[in-house]
Amino acid sequence: MSSSRKIRVLIAKPGLDGHDRGAKVVARALRDAGMEVIYTGLRQTPEMIVRAAIDESVDVIGLSILSGAHMALFPRIMELLRKEGADDILVIGGGIIPEDDVPELKKAGIAEIFGPGTPLNEIVEYIKKNVKV
Amino acid sequence: MSKKEDLAAALRQWEDGPVAKTISRFPERMKEFTTHSGIPVKRLYTPLDVADLNYSESLGFPGAYPFTRGVQPTMYRGRFWTMRQYSGFATAEETNRRFKFLLEQGQTGLSVAFDLPTQIGYDSDHPMAQGEVGKVGVAIDSLADMEVLFDSIPLDKVSTSMTINAPAAVLLAMYIAVAEKQGVPMERLRGTIQNDILKEYVARGTYIFPPKQSMRLITDIFKFCSENMPLWNTISISGYHIREAGSTAVQEVAFTLANGIAYVQAAIDAGLDVDRFASRLSFFFGSHSNFFEEIAKFRAARRLWARIMRERFGAKDDKSCRMRFHTQTAGCTLTAQQPENNVVRVTLQALQAVLGGTQSLHTNSRDEALSLPTEESVQIALRTQQIIAYETGVADTVDPLAGSYFVESLTNEIERRAMDYITKIDELGGAPTAIEKGFIQREITESAYDHQRKVDSQERIVVGVNKFTVKEEQSFDYMRVDPEAEKRQVERVRRLRSNRDQAVVDSALEALREAAKTDANLVPLILDAVRAYATLGEICGVLRDVFGEYRAPDVL
Amino acid sequence: MSIEELVDGVLAGRRRHLAKLIALIENEDPAAAEALSLLYRHTGRAHIVGITGPPGSGKSTIVTRMTSEYRKRGRTVGIVAVDPSSPFTGGALLGDRIRMQEHSLDDGVFVRSMGTRGHLGGIARATSDVVRAIDASGKDIIIVETVGAGQSEVEIIDIAHTVVVTDVPGSGDDIQAIKAGIMEIADIFVVNKKDLPGADKKAAEINTMLDLDQNMGQWRPPVLLTNGRTGEGIPELVDKIDEHMVYLRESGALEEKGLQRSRDELHQIMEYRLTQELLSRLQGRPEYEEAIRKIAKRDDDPYTVAQRLIAEFLAGFSRQV
Repeated sequence: MSSSRKIRVLIAKPGLDGHDRGAKVVARALRDAGMEVIYTGLRQTPEMIVRAAIDESVDVIGLSILSGAHMALFPRIMELLRKEGADDILVIGGGIIPEDDVPELKKAGIAEIFGPGTPLNEIVEYIKKNVKV
Repeated sequence: MSKKEDLAAALRQWEDGPVAKTISRFPERMKEFTTHSGIPVKRLYTPLDVADLNYSESLGFPGAYPFTRGVQPTMYRGRFWTMRQYSGFATAEETNRRFKFLLEQGQTGLSVAFDLPTQIGYDSDHPMAQGEVGKVGVAIDSLADMEVLFDSIPLDKVSTSMTINAPAAVLLAMYIAVAEKQGVPMERLRGTIQNDILKEYVARGTYIFPPKQSMRLITDIFKFCSENMPLWNTISISGYHIREAGSTAVQEVAFTLANGIAYVQAAIDAGLDVDRFASRLSFFFGSHSNFFEEIAKFRAARRLWARIMRERFGAKDDKSCRMRFHTQTAGCTLTAQQPENNVVRVTLQALQAVLGGTQSLHTNSRDEALSLPTEESVQIALRTQQIIAYETGVADTVDPLAGSYFVESLTNEIERRAMDYITKIDELGGAPTAIEKGFIQREITESAYDHQRKVDSQERIVVGVNKFTVKEEQSFDYMRVDPEAEKRQVERVRRLRSNRDQAVVDSALEALREAAKTDANLVPLILDAVRAYATLGEICGVLRDVFGEYRAPDVL
Repeated sequence: MSIEELVDGVLAGRRRHLAKLIALIENEDPAAAEALSLLYRHTGRAHIVGITGPPGSGKSTIVTRMTSEYRKRGRTVGIVAVDPSSPFTGGALLGDRIRMQEHSLDDGVFVRSMGTRGHLGGIARATSDVVRAIDASGKDIIIVETVGAGQSEVEIIDIAHTVVVTDVPGSGDDIQAIKAGIMEIADIFVVNKKDLPGADKKAAEINTMLDLDQNMGQWRPPVLLTNGRTGEGIPELVDKIDEHMVYLRESGALEEKGLQRSRDELHQIMEYRLTQELLSRLQGRPEYEEAIRKIAKRDDDPYTVAQRLIAEFLAGFSRQV
């Protein structure tokens, strides 16, 4: 990868959940791994997330949610991405997401879910492996 | 040579002799031992470490300034801490049932968890509420829901803590109105509203209005309660969430007390005499992993706050200097891996809180890294407190660890470091300004990142996560909020809106709107609106219009 | 997507196409230059406003407020926010977008965050191309926001028609700190957070410095006071920016600047291309490596070698011709 090609990641907090420790820690880790990271801040609607992802030409969207609202919000985000022709963006998620929900989320297009206790390196390596540069 | 010098010499001899010999054959596990805050932990503590400790000045007696040893003379010999499990989910009916279950199982106080739309002042049918209704707490849209929530629960007999911040005035008004209907006057009501907006900006994110207007609402509540509700705790100045966001124990104390200072100052600036409101301030801390650091933390916090109230704010009444607090065992230490281990963690953390002299305690359930607790899990959590209370004897004497060379040293050190931070925050212009500048947020994120790196590098061990792992098999069912709950609640609030006297609602909301533009106390007007069955979203909507909404600065 | 589709999409104002072109520019994809050359004659319409100043002076808040004001006046806005990349990891936390939430769904606003990266052609070149792309998509105003701490930031800002420099009261020596180059190109000064003590003093300091400036042209940079949080002073700032453009047009400075910019741009592109071309022929060749080794041993000198290699290069061209 030339020095001018960077992996761009959008870290987003969909919905009303205000716990941003995980999002911020992951954002820093990705920055330290050489990526360009845009953190959206709290209270993002699916529309805002998709708009930011497209305008910023991100390679990855990382969704962080701990409020249990992921089944309502994640599929909606995937739907909007498809509508905008941006479903080639790699979408991953983390937070409090029960194992049982993961298959349905993957069916909706979420590539991977990283639960509590995931080492930061695992997320970094996954992105590096799965983003086409 | 003095006794002190004798001891110092003997200690050196011991280190140069037996210790050195042992280490040469069995090196210690680490080069350096520190607490989570980075305070060095020595091999041994001796009277030398507390040689300067003046008992009356630094420790004193329980129930007396500076309250290091506790806030009451008899503490748990008189009455155990309140066992108060935070709970709430779906709609008011389900939560009412859970409240009753917990009370039957021996819980001694209620603690209400509200869902995110409620905490952020949205009705359940607001677009932003979609998917969130009833998920992290109970959905309360109006007084009608509140009535169901406390159905058959006598508000003159039970104290209730409500974790509500930006719309605290509205929920307090609803509680008062429900009590009214039960025939209980507000001056007899016991309980707490969290009402701590500064930590929302910094660590929890359920803010609505900008800082100045939020402080106005908070001081309105202080004033109202000082005149009408002598038994009510008007605020629970919280360190728990700051700790959960990743801070160290020292930062937890420092930032919480810095916020406390800001609230006291705001109330004084609003014309209140410190001794009129300070005794009803309360606090809320977490109980994390490092056993002795946590116990020392609670003692240090009590002493530091007492000194701040007396020396900085000139409080005359000892009660104004008395820090009463609630504790919750640290959620961020719960693991999704091998969840049964969490019962052990919570037990230790609960014990820490008791040895630290907490007034009330919530113990987390084993499944809370994954979900809200099942009835079975929350029962174990409650039993944990009961076993500590009834079987261990730790509650039979006050502040049992006082005098421990280690614990007293740690207490001193935590107080000292926290005070350094508070001084720094003062130099920045106080907590609200420090928050605006992003200072507190960055410190917290720095600690959080540091922790994660230490876990990833195995410098810090989390059993089941980076050591002693197993191939995970999910062995139990965790709780799911009924997906129909949201639909039911949406229908309910819509029905309410069409079935009430709209004219009364409109005029109450209009009166509130006008008053919000002045500096009149808004609590009575919110009470009027609540009694007329105006919804939470409508009331907060009016305030959003007048006050505007908070925009967080970037603090990454 | 073909280049034609890309170009058509950008001209039609489609966000996806614009974003894709910007990605190509940032990644130094050859398709970017192709697209830009097709778009070039559609550029030159937008008013480019650079805004720079020390961290903590509230730039992002001012930019958000300015954007609201422009939108109120019916104009569309593009924003390019440049943040420093870590020299060690190459990564960056691009933290400006989060401060512009108000405009997140406004179709008349386009926000793009850029890291300074290791752009082979330089960050200023890349930013300039990104601004061109946004210009071609039809935005009326393009705001370029940088921290303004060093030489490369000066270069970035220099692509703007109007340069706004921000500061805050009580920042002490910060004006000195950002002096290098920035002061010379500032067209408007803004003292933000005017509610803080020392605002007037700071404004007076700047005015005194301007009084002492011997080289000032016809435009004396005004010193404005704003409160980014409440929005006070922002309409006046936007007015002043408009006024500056009027001045640039009427005084002929705009045309002059345009000529200079085109000259600079042509030079930069030619220099870059030539260097790339020359190096691509030389790099990895054993003779080239040998020449370098000789220079290192002092058996030859770089001046002579350069002369020879360039002469060979040019001779090669004339042979082809």
